[in-house]
Amino acid sequence: MSGPNTDYDPVEVASLGADEVARVRAAALDAAADADTLEEWQQARLEHAGDRSPLARANAEIGALPPQARKAAGSRVGAARKEVAAAFAARRAELEGEAEARLLLDEAVDVTLPYDRDRGGARHPLTTLQDRIADVFVAMGWEVAEGPEVEAEWLNFDALNLGPDHPARSMQDTFFVEPADAHLVLRTHTSPVQVRSLLGRELPVYVICPGRVFRTDELDATHTPVFHQVEGLAVDRGLTMAHLKGTLDHFAAAMFGAGTTTRFRPSYFPFTEPSAEVDLRCFACRGQPPALAACRTCKGEGWVEWGGCGVVNPRVLVACGVDPEAHTGFAFGMGIDRTLLFRHGVADMRDLVEGDVRFTAAFGLEV
Amino acid sequence: MRAPLSWVREYADLPAAADAADVAARLTARGLKLESLEAPGSDIVGPLVVGRVLGYDTEQHSNGKTVRWVAVDVGKQRGIVCGATNFAVGDLVPVALPGSVLPGGFAISARTAYGHLSDGMICSPRELGLGDDSAGVLVLEPGSAAPGSDAVKLLGLRDDVLELEITPDRGYALSLRGVAREAAGAYRVDFRDPAQVRLSEPVGAAYPVRVHDCEGCPRFVTRVVTGLDATASTPGWMARRVQLAGMRPISLVVDVTNYVMLELGQPIHAYDRALLSGAIDVRRARPGEPLRTLDGVARVLDAEDLVISDERGAIGLAGVMGGEPTEISAGTREVVIEAANFDPVSVGRTARRHRLGSEASRRFERGVDPQLVRVAVQRVADLLVAHGHGRLEPGETDLGKVEAPETIVMAADLPGSLRGHPIETRATVAALREVGCEVRAQADLAVTPPSWRPDLRDPYDLVEEVLRIIGYDTVPSVLPRAPAGGGLTKSQRLRRRVGYALAGAGLTEVVAYPFVGPADWGGLGLARDDERRRCVRLANPPSQERPMLTTTLAPLLLDVTARNVGRGQASLGLSLVAAVFEPGPDRRPPPPVLPVDVAPSAEEMAALDAGLPNQPRHLAVALCGDREPPGWWGPARPACWADAVAIVVQVARTVGVEVAVGSGAVPPWHPGRGARILLGDVCLGHAGELHPSVCRSWGVPPRTCYAEVDLDALIAAAPTTAAAPVLSAMPVAKEDVALVVGDDVPAAAVAEALRRGAGDLLESLRLFDVYTGPPVPPGYRSLAFALRLRAADRTLTEPEARAVREAAVRAAAAATGARLRD
Repeated sequence: MSGPNTDYDPVEVASLGADEVARVRAAALDAAADADTLEEWQQARLEHAGDRSPLARANAEIGALPPQARKAAGSRVGAARKEVAAAFAARRAELEGEAEARLLLDEAVDVTLPYDRDRGGARHPLTTLQDRIADVFVAMGWEVAEGPEVEAEWLNFDALNLGPDHPARSMQDTFFVEPADAHLVLRTHTSPVQVRSLLGRELPVYVICPGRVFRTDELDATHTPVFHQVEGLAVDRGLTMAHLKGTLDHFAAAMFGAGTTTRFRPSYFPFTEPSAEVDLRCFACRGQPPALAACRTCKGEGWVEWGGCGVVNPRVLVACGVDPEAHTGFAFGMGIDRTLLFRHGVADMRDLVEGDVRFTAAFGLEV
Repeated sequence: MRAPLSWVREYADLPAAADAADVAARLTARGLKLESLEAPGSDIVGPLVVGRVLGYDTEQHSNGKTVRWVAVDVGKQRGIVCGATNFAVGDLVPVALPGSVLPGGFAISARTAYGHLSDGMICSPRELGLGDDSAGVLVLEPGSAAPGSDAVKLLGLRDDVLELEITPDRGYALSLRGVAREAAGAYRVDFRDPAQVRLSEPVGAAYPVRVHDCEGCPRFVTRVVTGLDATASTPGWMARRVQLAGMRPISLVVDVTNYVMLELGQPIHAYDRALLSGAIDVRRARPGEPLRTLDGVARVLDAEDLVISDERGAIGLAGVMGGEPTEISAGTREVVIEAANFDPVSVGRTARRHRLGSEASRRFERGVDPQLVRVAVQRVADLLVAHGHGRLEPGETDLGKVEAPETIVMAADLPGSLRGHPIETRATVAALREVGCEVRAQADLAVTPPSWRPDLRDPYDLVEEVLRIIGYDTVPSVLPRAPAGGGLTKSQRLRRRVGYALAGAGLTEVVAYPFVGPADWGGLGLARDDERRRCVRLANPPSQERPMLTTTLAPLLLDVTARNVGRGQASLGLSLVAAVFEPGPDRRPPPPVLPVDVAPSAEEMAALDAGLPNQPRHLAVALCGDREPPGWWGPARPACWADAVAIVVQVARTVGVEVAVGSGAVPPWHPGRGARILLGDVCLGHAGELHPSVCRSWGVPPRTCYAEVDLDALIAAAPTTAAAPVLSAMPVAKEDVALVVGDDVPAAAVAEALRRGAGDLLESLRLFDVYTGPPVPPGYRSLAFALRLRAADRTLTEPEARAVREAAVRAAAAATGARLRD
């Protein structure tokens, strides 16, 4: 070293020499690179970048240099230490990455193992179908009306123009509740809900009435004493059969796909006049040859019987307190079980009522 | 109604090209719906010809059979072996020649029999498809055809039969007259009314009749035919038509009355005059009066039954069925022919009361053309004269009078405005005239329906006729615009949520019938005085074992569980949502008798509703076998009482209700493993493990778990608008306590006391451990709770937190005797 050294003797500090710094720096970088495990890395870092490492010691000796020499030595050592620290950090990240990769490899499982620990649940298709029907009508502004299953005879029959001597009131069709003078029945249709709706709501009325109904049929492949219906009722000014047709066409398309149309056939119901049976253009064969001839859904007829409908008989409106001069109405009714039967190709009505979980499960949560 | 097409064509000039399917389609479009289409004889292949018996040898054979070797003239002579003996030389018989095929695919060939080459077959009625008679061969009317002529045509073996569904308003269509009228209209061709019969001018009375009930019997007509040969055979064509129309040919008199009924729609009865004693009376029966009807059933009559009687008593149920006392027999020489109008309601009631629906009652119930009585009697008499060699006596007894149909005034534009598209008045008038109405067109239309349409009473009835004739297919399709609606109700919305929550909990929804019986209550272990045994009872239940409507879903869901177990499902989670029926007070005032010409008042509706049983919807859950199956993750977790409770708690949360779980089991639950589901003081239902005896009764696996709650009540408790919580940002203080309590102390009681004691600073409380065993003394258990405390406005200090903890423990000690575990 040269220059004045007035206070004390100049000290020769070999470790701060450029060559020596370069050497320990290189050794440190090599050691960082050579560490193959985190333990080795730990050891090497202690040795080459720790407090007692040559570079740390060199750093401590900077103070012993004459002031004019400190700057160069300091920057030399500082640069070397920074470089070495970075190398060790980088190597550590590499080693940690490799360790984690090994760990993840060790932790690998067979993800194809079936995890069927929780059973999947399902809603009964009759419920789901009723919900879907409700959605179709609610979207048009209609409301869903409900009523009791044990019902007053007056509401189930009389108010609907089914007088005391109507054949439908015989024991052969209707479940009667004891005692006879209570005049209660298990409702044979959801029409009493229509009557309740007209009596209890402000006009205009647009409601559907889904629900469980009861007839004295024996359970077989196509009949059940307990089944489900959806009826609709609209009473407003100026309603016509055209509105009935429009509503049913929309309903049919919503349930069976766009383009499914309906056909009216003259029929008879005490509560509607004119009355019609409504047939559905077979959605399986579309009534088109050659599929038509072999069609199992419509049995080659091109049409499937769906339900009954008509213009509300003015006598019913009168019994419900509606002025038939000012208002007209239309009504319709379909079997939901029947709809499910042909919409989904259910072979046997008994599958619907016996509660076999395999039946419900097949439908899941949507029909 | 079965209508042979050949018979329809007799009255309606249908185009030759119109086949049965086309006719059926057009009738269906008019409201006479095709049920089925039959083509009897369509499988017959000729040659099937008329033969004349020229002679025969009777041969006795070694197998004991006697046969005739017959020489038949079928245009040329043939030899045929025949087993029947009911024919004579000179008779005309049907002969199936070799190569022909008879109904049912029965092919005829020349074959050797009894030593002869039999060159064809002489046919019995049955072999030709003409009924069940196979006792002998069919002998044709002398002179009816030349030998060798076609027997298929002669005997009407080939036809089309349209089976039509006739709605209750169209009684007129229960006749060929009615069907042909519709068919003629459908093709716009001429209709020949078979009721256009020349009536012979009567002289004097026929047989004395007294009508005592003019409402039940507005009109009664009789004539007498004498000198009858009741054994004369029914003409083949008539028997064939009666048979094709679905009735069994029996004897000339019966066949003729049936034939005329099928033709015109007017039921007719014939009495053996020799068996009548004294005048005929039409009256109500005496209570308990006996009558043996023609079906051989001895009946006990009701005072409401309208009967035909003579001096000795009832001889027929008016409009329903005749009686045995005056039945026509082979020896009958004189008949009294009756055609009458009977009140549809009275006939309907009698038919239902005696469970005796007949061809006659079916027609009277739906309304018979009242103008047909004299025509029908004349028609029957004429046919009996022609085919039974009888003589029509000049007298006629004709009692009563039928009101003419009332004229209906209808706005001319009503049909168009109900269709939704205008209809020209001209077209409306034409349609109404086509169905037989008289129409006077003024500002409105004055419409008088024909006598055969008693169903036409209101303008809307006429609209249906107009639209039906113009075609329902002309109704346009227009979607109406309903006013904005309110969407699903809260109950409807929440029931859907519950449905999805149950499915989410792994449950499968089922449906079930609501019927139960006393045996079910025994199976559930209900005490004699259990309120649930009081049920709504049905007068005519689907089965005598289950004559009531259920008050709990348990028997229904256990049935379904057992059925599924029986079908190989060992582990099940089922849900059922359905109404139960609570009968309410034993005796209630009968409901008000309400008219139908005015709406009931609010009070009347309330009285009507007061008579109904309470019908809440319940939710039931059944669990058996494993809740979680065994797998690579570990062993199975069997379904336990806690799963049933948890599902109910979870369902309640789904609708926003926090229910409490209390102890106290009732049947059918395990006495120590059934919980009450509480909402405040109200018990909404129960959940837990079933009593072992219940599992045995239903054959469901041991430890089957079951829950049932009143879903309507739960949903009613659901908040309409949920309040948002106030969230504190202050830190939480956690305190754990382990309390030793007697093992009969419910954890819920301890938790409740802790909650009360901790007060407002308690954010949540959770039981995280239950421990029994040393050092906890026997008969006790340790319950460990984690308390989270938080203040809204400050950080809780250590002493504050400790004070809360101590207050909680004190409250638990006071309420349950709990003490801190050392």
